[in-house]
Amino acid sequence: MHIEIVNGHVIDPQNGLDQQGSLYIAEGKIIGMMQAPDGFTADTSINAQGRIVCPGFVDLSARLREPGQSHKATMKSETKAAASAGFTSLCIPPDTSPVIDSPAIVELIEDKAEKCGYPHIYPIAALTQKLAGTELSSMHALKKAGCIAVSHGYHALQDLLVLRRAMEYAASYDLLLIYCPQEAALSNKGCAHEGAMASRYGLPGIPAAAETIALVQCMELIEQTGCRVHFQGLSCARSVDLIAKAKIAGLPVSAGVAMHQLHLTDQDMRPYDSHYHVIPPLRSQQDKDALLVGIQNNTIDSICSDHQPHDVDAKLGAFPETEPGISALETVLPLMLRLVEQKNLSLTQGIEKLSTEPARILGLNAGGLAVNNVADVCIFNTRESWEINAKTWQSRGLNTPFWQDTMQGKVTHTLQGGKIIYLAER
Amino acid sequence: MLEIENLQLNSQGKLRHFLSIEGLNKDLLTEILDTAESFAGASEQSIKKFPLLRGKTIVNLFFENSTRTRATFELAATRLSADILSMNIATSATSKGESLLDTIRNMEAMQVDMFVVRHSLSGAAHFIAQHTAPHINVINAGDGQHEHPTQAMLDMFTIRRVKKQFTGLRVAIIGDILHSRVARSQILALNMLGVEEVRVIAPKSLLPVQVEALGVSVYYDMQAGLKNVDVIIMLRLQKERMNSAFLPSENEYFKCFGLSDEKLKIANKDAVVMHPGPINRGVEISSSVADGAQSVILQQVSNGIAVRMAILSMTMNGNRGAE
Repeated sequence: MHIEIVNGHVIDPQNGLDQQGSLYIAEGKIIGMMQAPDGFTADTSINAQGRIVCPGFVDLSARLREPGQSHKATMKSETKAAASAGFTSLCIPPDTSPVIDSPAIVELIEDKAEKCGYPHIYPIAALTQKLAGTELSSMHALKKAGCIAVSHGYHALQDLLVLRRAMEYAASYDLLLIYCPQEAALSNKGCAHEGAMASRYGLPGIPAAAETIALVQCMELIEQTGCRVHFQGLSCARSVDLIAKAKIAGLPVSAGVAMHQLHLTDQDMRPYDSHYHVIPPLRSQQDKDALLVGIQNNTIDSICSDHQPHDVDAKLGAFPETEPGISALETVLPLMLRLVEQKNLSLTQGIEKLSTEPARILGLNAGGLAVNNVADVCIFNTRESWEINAKTWQSRGLNTPFWQDTMQGKVTHTLQGGKIIYLAER
Repeated sequence: MLEIENLQLNSQGKLRHFLSIEGLNKDLLTEILDTAESFAGASEQSIKKFPLLRGKTIVNLFFENSTRTRATFELAATRLSADILSMNIATSATSKGESLLDTIRNMEAMQVDMFVVRHSLSGAAHFIAQHTAPHINVINAGDGQHEHPTQAMLDMFTIRRVKKQFTGLRVAIIGDILHSRVARSQILALNMLGVEEVRVIAPKSLLPVQVEALGVSVYYDMQAGLKNVDVIIMLRLQKERMNSAFLPSENEYFKCFGLSDEKLKIANKDAVVMHPGPINRGVEISSSVADGAQSVILQQVSNGIAVRMAILSMTMNGNRGAE
C-alpha cells in the first residue's frame, strides 16, 4: 500500500519540522518527505490542506479493561476510540485482571490487539507478582515477551526493601520503572484533594504529602540503584520542584501528568459529581499552575490520557464509594489545543508532549516523521468543533467531566504502521 | 453550588429536599425557625397532633445507627399524622450487597412520599435526591462528614429561644470538627443567620485543613477561645479517635478541651452550653456542666421534634408547589 499525504502543515518536533509539505509512505514506513521518491505512485492520496500532519500520539497510560473487566470496556472499543483520537501507541498498566505478571498474559493482550487491528499495544509488566508488593515478578521474561516497562499501578510500593530490590533488578535489565507516587498511609482512603473544597463537602482528603513523600523515597532509591524511573500522574506543585532538582542532580528521571490535571482543579468539581473523582485528585489552582510551568520548562516531559473507562454502575453512588478515573483518550487532542489557545504551549510543544517525548522515554521508534521511521501519523483539523455526546463518543466509558462540552480540534486520519486505522466520516 | 440550590428548592424557591444548609438562605432558615416555633407553641399547649401530612408515608432510611435522630423524626412524622416506617439498613439490605440505588428503587416501589436518610458517606443524600422519583422528597439526617442540617436547625432554634436574636452573638464550637457533620451545618447556619463570630476550638489533628474558609476563627486553646463567648457547643468525641492516633488519651483531651466548671467561667456569664448528644461525661464535658444551670442540652432534644415537624411539612409542601 502506497500512501501520500499532501499539502499538509507538517509538524515534527523530533526533527524540527514545521512547514507545509507532503509525506510518502510504503510498506509501513515513511519513504519520502516533501518530495515524492523516484517512481512513487500512490494507491491512496490524502489531501491534508489546512490540517496538521504530525507523528501519532503515544500514550504512557491507557487502561483498556481487557483482560478481566470487559463489562467496562473492551480492547476493541478502546483501540477504536484511541485511533479516532490520533493515538498510534498505547501502554497498558499492569493492573488488569489477571495482572500482567506472566508472559502468557502479555501474549494474550498482544493477540487481542492484533485481532483488533491495533498492533502497537505495549503492556507494562507488574513490578511484583499479582502487584501484591512482596515477591518480584519475572521481569526478564516479561521484557522478552514484549513488556516495555515495569510498574506498580496506582499505588506506591509499601515495602521499601522490596522496592529497592525490585529497582535493582529492573536496572540490571535496563527496564524503565513507571511509578505513580502515592503513599497509601497518607492517602488513607481519601477521594479528593485535601483543601478547602474537601473540608467543605466533608470528603476524605488526600494531602499533597502523600505524593511528595513517595516521590522523595523513590528518588533516594534511584540514587542508590541507578534504576531509570518515569514518574507518572504527578499532581502537586511540590512534585514539580522535586523533579526539577532531581534532573539538575542528573538522576535518570522523567515525569508526566494526565491531561485533565492541566485543566481542572478542585474548585471545578461539581458537588458530589463522581465524574470528577480521579486519583491523584484534582488539586488546587496553585498546583495546576505549577504543573503548567513544569510543562513549559520541560521539567515535566510528557502528557498522558490516563484513560480509565468505567461502566455506569462504577460511577453511581455516593462520591467516596464510586470508582476513580476518567475516560480520556478522546479529549486529549482538544484539551491540548485548548492549552495552545490559552498560550500555555505552542502547537509544536503540545505535539512533543503527546508523541515525541513519550516515545523517547519508552525508547520507541516513534514520535517522529523522518524517512525510515514507522509510519505512525496523525492528521487533524485544529478548527473543527464538535460536541461530546453519544453520537460522537467512541469509548465504551462515558465517564468524562467534559460530557456535552464543545471541543475544538478533530482527528481526520490516523495511520499506524502505514495503515489507515481511522478515517473520519465526512 | 448552583446544583445544590437547584436540587433543594423548587421553581418558586421553596424547599423540596432538605440536604444541606449550603444552598439555602437566611429567609428560608428563618421561615423554618418560625414554623417550628408555631409547632412548639402548640405542643406546649398540649395540642400534639396536626393533620398536615395525613395519608403520606415517610421512610426513615438509616444506613448508620442512630437513636435520637431517628426517634425524633418518628415522633415528628407521627405528630403530623404521617405514616412512618423506620428501616435500619445498616444491618439489612446493603450488608447483603445491594447497591444504594437498588435499595432506593425498592422503597420507591412501595409508593412512599419521603425519605429521611442517614448514611456514613458524604454526598449520599444528594445522590439519592438526584436519582429518586420526582415526587419523593429527601431529608438529610446526616451524611458522612458533610452535613447534618436538621440538627443544626434545632440548635439554631434553641439559640434563638434563649438569646432571642443572632446578631452580636459569639459562638464557640469545641471538639472533633474534622469528623463532625453537625459542626459544618452549624457553621454555615450561624453565619447565614448573622452571628458576630463563629469560633472553633480543637487541636490541629481534629480540624479540617483550611477550616477558616468555612467562615470561622480558629483557636487551639480554651482559655483564649472561650473569652466573650455567648454560646458554647460541645461536640461528641468518638472513642475510636484515640486508636487512630488523632489524640493521645481521653484524660489529656478532657484537660485541654473538656468543658469543666472552671473553663465555663471564662465565657460570658449568661453563656449557654449545648451538645448534640450523646454526651461522654468526663471526656468532652463534666457532669456538673452537662446537668448545670447553663446547659440547654435537653431542650435541644425537645426542640428537635418541632424543628423536624417544620422541615417535614415545609418540604412536603414544596413538592406540591412544584407540581
